[in-house]
Amino acid sequence: MIEVEGLTKYYGLHPAIQDLTFRAETGEIVGFLGPNGAGKTTTMRILTGYMPPTSGTARVAGFDVLEESLEVRKRVGYLPETVPLYPEMTVVEYLEFMGSLRRVPELETRIEEVLERVDMLERAESYIGSLSKGLRQRVGLGQALLHDPEVLILDEPTIGLDPAQIIEVRNLIQDLGADHTVMLSTHILSEAQQVCDRVMIINRGRIVAEDTPANLQAQLAGAEQILVRAAAEARDLVPLLRAVNGVVEVKPTEHEGEVEVRSAPGQDVRPLVARAVVEADLDLLELRSAGLSLEEVFLQLTREDAGTEARAEG
Amino acid sequence: MRNIWIIAGRELRRYFVSPVAYAVAAMLYLILGVIFFINIYFGLQTGQINPDGRMVMGPMVTILLFVAPALTMRLIADEARMGTLELLLTAPVRDWELVVGKWLGVFGFMVGVIAVTWIYPLILHRMTNPGIDQGVLITAYLGLVLLVGSMLAVGVFVSSLFDNPMAAFFTTLAILLGLWVISGLGSGAGTASEIIRYLGIVDHYYDYLYRGIINLPDVVYFLSLTSLALFLGTQAVESRRWR
Repeated sequence: MIEVEGLTKYYGLHPAIQDLTFRAETGEIVGFLGPNGAGKTTTMRILTGYMPPTSGTARVAGFDVLEESLEVRKRVGYLPETVPLYPEMTVVEYLEFMGSLRRVPELETRIEEVLERVDMLERAESYIGSLSKGLRQRVGLGQALLHDPEVLILDEPTIGLDPAQIIEVRNLIQDLGADHTVMLSTHILSEAQQVCDRVMIINRGRIVAEDTPANLQAQLAGAEQILVRAAAEARDLVPLLRAVNGVVEVKPTEHEGEVEVRSAPGQDVRPLVARAVVEADLDLLELRSAGLSLEEVFLQLTREDAGTEARAEG
Repeated sequence: MRNIWIIAGRELRRYFVSPVAYAVAAMLYLILGVIFFINIYFGLQTGQINPDGRMVMGPMVTILLFVAPALTMRLIADEARMGTLELLLTAPVRDWELVVGKWLGVFGFMVGVIAVTWIYPLILHRMTNPGIDQGVLITAYLGLVLLVGSMLAVGVFVSSLFDNPMAAFFTTLAILLGLWVISGLGSGAGTASEIIRYLGIVDHYYDYLYRGIINLPDVVYFLSLTSLALFLGTQAVESRRWR
């Protein structure tokens, strides 16, 4: 469980994150979505006990990150953005080192379990320096899982992986999400959409939106939008479609015979619109959804002044 | 406490697979070997071998001036550069345990390297009659170990300040050289000169310990310097969290 309240961190005079408040429950996968420099890494570093916040409180697994840092660190598994590995060690040596620092009981058995989970059993004796980027990522993930932490914090866990590996890692995360609290950061929207139970969009150090991926999409798009084109004058279409149940607004576009129809959130009016056009004895030429994707929502939310932003992560 | 041993143990193992450590040890043994050989060779020519087990220790102190920065430069700086410091600082390890563990690792390695040089006094002991004074030898070695411990602690501290091992190397070298020559400034009388003389690192070795006398102020000096450097190193690691 992660409880964050009013968390703020300044680097000098520059605020990296400002007044963040959120919770993440056990068994929940929370995604932290935002452009580079939005404050994702800073937040994660505070939650893992790496750096103290300037103000505000954060409790991880019931312990305060500032006052009970060691207790927090015992209960958190962390995969930083640059996977921290020692190239001159073998995979097993590395896990033995980290496992002994973390007092993992029955370490040898546990290492085997973890290696199996991240599918690295065959490469257990390989030197980390000789592993590919994807395999290194798995070793890093193995390190984060080693002590079976209550909370897993993963900073861009799929960055630099090939598509097949991305799917593997996502499956693994979903698997872990069942009985852990997982918090991951990403700037890939589809990833947040697929993996997370809940998404927080962070921009310039502030949470600008928070909800399930589906709700976020629906809510932030305001309403569903569809485009209708028929062999008719737009001005004839407008009153016709306005009468359709669930339609909020109809307005002509710059194209001949095309109108934009907005409906109430979560309501699919396409069948009714199609029927209305056909029943009015008009030829329906095109009907398509123009609803904003999460991608557009994201861009819309994070676009403002993005250019003037200083780097907050680092 | 266990964390210190785990970190020290890992560091120690790392030296045994590191080419730098082997190069450093090889250089040390080569130079000492040549010096020892020349001493014995001329001793046999004149028929008079100087029964002093410390003939390799004087040069060794000079070599250690370079060895200490070379062995300590990457201890923390490299972890910072590679991003692995983030791993250690988010593991349930206290900052001081990390710093002391790192120091203990390199200290253990150097004690091992120095222990091997005991072979020269052993040879000398068998060649001469009635042999060499073991008390002086042991005290001189004890002093050397204290000296090395404090030099390495300075190196660990400096390494914790940098993300670049080379910067750490030259800074450590500069500090050790400074401590080496500073006593030359304190040649006059008065409290200031006395303080300056007290700061000089090698005098604390040569004045008594090297001569076989355990002089408490010198022992205190080395132990204080070691503790101070490790304390400052801990502060430096902690301050990284605030950056």
